[in-house]
Amino acid sequence: MSEAAHAPAGPLAHHFADLDQQKESAVLGMWLFLVTEILFFGGLFATYAVYRHLYYDAFSAGSHHLSWRIGFANTLVLIASSLTMAMAVHSAALGKKGRIVLFLLLTILLGSAFLGVKYFEYGEKIRPCLGDGPSAGCLLPGERFDASALHLEGDAARQAQVYFSLYFGMTGLHALHMIIGIPILGLLAWWAHRGRYDAAWHTPVEMVGLYWHFVDIVWIFLFPLLYLVGHH
Amino acid sequence: MSTEPAVLPKVHYLNAGYGWRSWLFTTDHKRIAILYLVSVTLMFFLGGAYAVLIRLNLVEPTGSLVTAETYNKLFTAHGVVMIFFFLIPSIPATLGNFLIPLMIGAKDLAFPRINLLSWYVFVVGALITLHALVNGGLDTGWTFYAPYSTVFSNTAVVTAGVGIFVTGFSSILTGLNFIVTIHKMRAPGLTWFRLPLFVWAHYATSVIQILGTPVIAVTVLLVAVERAFHFGFFDPARGGDPILFQHLFWFYSHPAVYIMILPSMGVISEVVAAFSRKRVFGYSFIAMSSLAIAGLGFLVWAHHMFVTGLAVYAAMVFSALSFSVAIPSAIKVFNWTATFYRGSVSWQTPMLYAFGFIGLFTIGGLTGLFLATLGIDVHVTDTYFVVAHFHYIMVGGAIMGYLGGLHYWWPKIAGRHYPEWWARVSAVVIFLGFNLTFFPQFILGYLGMPRRYHVYPEEFQVLNVMSSAGASILGIGYLIPMVYLAWSMRYGKVASANPWPATGLEWQTTSPPPTTNFEKTPVVDEEVYDYPKLLEKKEAVLV
Repeated sequence: MSEAAHAPAGPLAHHFADLDQQKESAVLGMWLFLVTEILFFGGLFATYAVYRHLYYDAFSAGSHHLSWRIGFANTLVLIASSLTMAMAVHSAALGKKGRIVLFLLLTILLGSAFLGVKYFEYGEKIRPCLGDGPSAGCLLPGERFDASALHLEGDAARQAQVYFSLYFGMTGLHALHMIIGIPILGLLAWWAHRGRYDAAWHTPVEMVGLYWHFVDIVWIFLFPLLYLVGHH
Repeated sequence: MSTEPAVLPKVHYLNAGYGWRSWLFTTDHKRIAILYLVSVTLMFFLGGAYAVLIRLNLVEPTGSLVTAETYNKLFTAHGVVMIFFFLIPSIPATLGNFLIPLMIGAKDLAFPRINLLSWYVFVVGALITLHALVNGGLDTGWTFYAPYSTVFSNTAVVTAGVGIFVTGFSSILTGLNFIVTIHKMRAPGLTWFRLPLFVWAHYATSVIQILGTPVIAVTVLLVAVERAFHFGFFDPARGGDPILFQHLFWFYSHPAVYIMILPSMGVISEVVAAFSRKRVFGYSFIAMSSLAIAGLGFLVWAHHMFVTGLAVYAAMVFSALSFSVAIPSAIKVFNWTATFYRGSVSWQTPMLYAFGFIGLFTIGGLTGLFLATLGIDVHVTDTYFVVAHFHYIMVGGAIMGYLGGLHYWWPKIAGRHYPEWWARVSAVVIFLGFNLTFFPQFILGYLGMPRRYHVYPEEFQVLNVMSSAGASILGIGYLIPMVYLAWSMRYGKVASANPWPATGLEWQTTSPPPTTNFEKTPVVDEEVYDYPKLLEKKEAVLV
């Protein structure tokens, strides 16, 4: 049988009995996906916990080298994007198509602003590693890593490299999730503009909302773990 | 069997569409199951070919067939292909995919397109990994231990790691799809405790796939990043700790053993009931023991690390927890055995595999207790004793269950019977070949022959030759079903809707089923495994 014979006339897929069953399945599937995401980040959080316990002083030195003010400002930007995302879902539930698009675009804007700030934060650490000259101040882990800016050498320098491996690993994986999320938000905004969602069926908006809030919550944990070590 | 000869239905899922598009763009869970069946069979024979080369090399103590470097690549390829590309997807992605919607009276899995996506992800991951095995190879063992994998190995670790990372998502998506389907798609009246035990086993398996696989994914990613960009996670020269890698790796890779064995246990529960013509003894105990295995399986990983300098107290705790997994496993074995008791036991091929499974799994499980015991483990760590133990579980257990299930549901999948005589012969050949291959390895390991070496002292030759001889018998045993199952798809005797006959919704629809599985959604008002009722209706005679 061809796929066309099965293509649903409305949003209801052929293998579900009704929209409720379809929606409940989608919601449960999304939560399970977020569980796998928690475990995925969990490997990194476990690694972080072990090394922070073993190398507390190096982690504190590395953390003090980051600007907590920039990190805090960025946290506010991301929380604001969660607010606009929640407003988009709320508008969808009310069936206000124009406002769904508006709030999704605002979410994209705030998410992009967050990534822009990260671009400059990364650049400051990576720029000394580039080119042929001496790599003083290079904080990207690898052959050219140099902990002299942190006033560390020997074992402590190696331990600081673990800190920055985790810094780039964890924030990088988080940023990757945002880079994946933003085009999805764009697609969703386009579909909302085309009038795909109404008060009766807007499950995709809710699903993407759950994803976006998850990415936000990961950052809420990353900020204190990476920026505030040893700040009393 | 009824006197009228069975006829194939006019339209069923196999002839519902023709051409490669109707297969490669299908969202029908039954067709996706067939895609998986073809893929994992190819990988099984590839992994088997590596095993043949390993056993050939070990016929002589000097290992004159291949160099030590090549040997390292051979056993790594064997492990990687068999574990990630055959054993883990084998039953869930083929039989599970095919049967779960049928067993619960649904038209399809909850997410048919994600189901197809998972197959494509599997194929892409397999191609990337095979590319690595051909270009540069991989010599780390399937365990990827750091810092050898991240610093010293001169093989294609990053590419292989990416391949396994990608394949992991196929496993995650399958597990996610099953859990949602079992929660949300059950037919009216099909309560949790009316579910077939096959479904319970897959539910437990899916939980492990969801919770474990992401951790191996991120761990392999860290290995790749450390190797490619010289980040410091596990390499001591960069401040890392190689033991942390082992903790993260086994946090997934021990539960992964249960991903391989639990679906087989589900198959055995179905087969044992059908061929004893009895209710499964202790239904709820078998169902709950699957969940218990899934849960406890996450608490035992460090028994792979007893000789790494783990604290003695921690080792004792992990040892005790490892013993506790034996309880739900034994519950299953005792309940199956109790189901035989005073049953009307018959010796069809699926039942032969079930008997084989129970015996071999028991040996594999009991030797697992030897290995969970601290003192014995130190003596036999990294010897052939360990190799024999896990092959009794994974080959003697998982593959026996897989083949038993394939035969049991083959009339449903193909709409035709496999040739019973050939099937019984091959089941016996596989059982004998298996024991001849792996039992000598217990002795070799006890005597001190380490695993992963391509040469060995002369006094071990007799046992190694026995093992290699057994492997060739086992290989022939695996080839026979391959041939007759393919043959039977065209020439086998046409099967009726319920040929054994057996209970369960999958037998209520035609063989093969239509694309939408059921003419109309079934309503369930009775327990599963009501074989006494079949006996009353004089439907007890088996084909």
